[in-house]
Amino acid sequence: MSAVSTAIELAVEASDADAAKATAGASSAGFAYGLAAIGPGIGIGYLVGQAVQAMARQPESAGQVQTTMFLGIAFTEALALIGFVVFILLKFA
Amino acid sequence: MTLAIEFPPIENLVEWPNYFGDGTIFAFNKIALISFLAMAIPSVIFFLAKSKGELIPRGVQNLAEMTVEFVEKQVILQAIGPDGMRYLPMLLSMFLFIFFGNIFEVIPTFQMPANARMANPAFLALIVLVTFVGVGVKHNGAGTYFKSALFPPGLPKGLYLLVTPIEFLSTFLIRPFSLAVRLFANMLAGHILLVTFGVLCIALWTLSPLVVVLPFSFAMLVGLTGFEVMVSFLQAFVFALLTAVYIGGALHPHH
Repeated sequence: MSAVSTAIELAVEASDADAAKATAGASSAGFAYGLAAIGPGIGIGYLVGQAVQAMARQPESAGQVQTTMFLGIAFTEALALIGFVVFILLKFA
Repeated sequence: MTLAIEFPPIENLVEWPNYFGDGTIFAFNKIALISFLAMAIPSVIFFLAKSKGELIPRGVQNLAEMTVEFVEKQVILQAIGPDGMRYLPMLLSMFLFIFFGNIFEVIPTFQMPANARMANPAFLALIVLVTFVGVGVKHNGAGTYFKSALFPPGLPKGLYLLVTPIEFLSTFLIRPFSLAVRLFANMLAGHILLVTFGVLCIALWTLSPLVVVLPFSFAMLVGLTGFEVMVSFLQAFVFALLTAVYIGGALHPHH
């Protein structure tokens, strides 16, 4: 954190408000994506693990499990992707 | 130590100059060209397949029948059921439009997924919203449909104060929003990933000792290109599947 605040202070000392904003945005962008990736990472791992277990126990229902798995992944992944969009907005917009 | 890597600003990655019609409504750039091709290529494939119309399919007819069968078996039967077959034309064209819009991400000289601009996914999601609300209203009547969508049965009366706003938000706002963001962010992330490793490969093409990292960077680029082919297909599949799930939910609201 100290590196971040030092960078912000340096930018403020340069008395350039835009640069300070860009620095703060760029440094928080990484945090935004990193935090957003934790939950979906755990979620998708658990989901696929359970799906593999279901397919191994009952190979004849593999097709149905697979479709449901993709649906679940799509819902879980949305959170990480919104985090990615926030990253892009903070970094570039 | 500086690597002398100049990562291009985001505007250079997703904004393209107009080919013609600058400043008018007919402005035409790479995204519009790819969107047009994504519409034209499946049309041509299916036109060719139909014009032969043999009993034992060969060549392009085989491809077309395989695609139709895939959407029938993996999307409609899984998500709606046998009575969803009448939505096959819409789901099939949606699947093919998104897939061909995505696959241009890995085709040299294009190298850009049309769905990495928000306009395409947002409009497709709007179509999905109108479709599933329309299907629900048409098959159940407006009163029944909105009642079943906003007031799930079997809850204590007081809880509806909490549940109804949440159901409204999740059904009519978050559904299309997440549908659009999922496709957009997946394709933009893939595009940026490929650009990152492409830029890295070019930056490492020097006579410094850093050149030993180049094979790894290049291997990542090749591997990620294959991964993006899979993602292009998967996102088109997931978009069609979710559309089918939403239509199915509007068709049989009590399940």
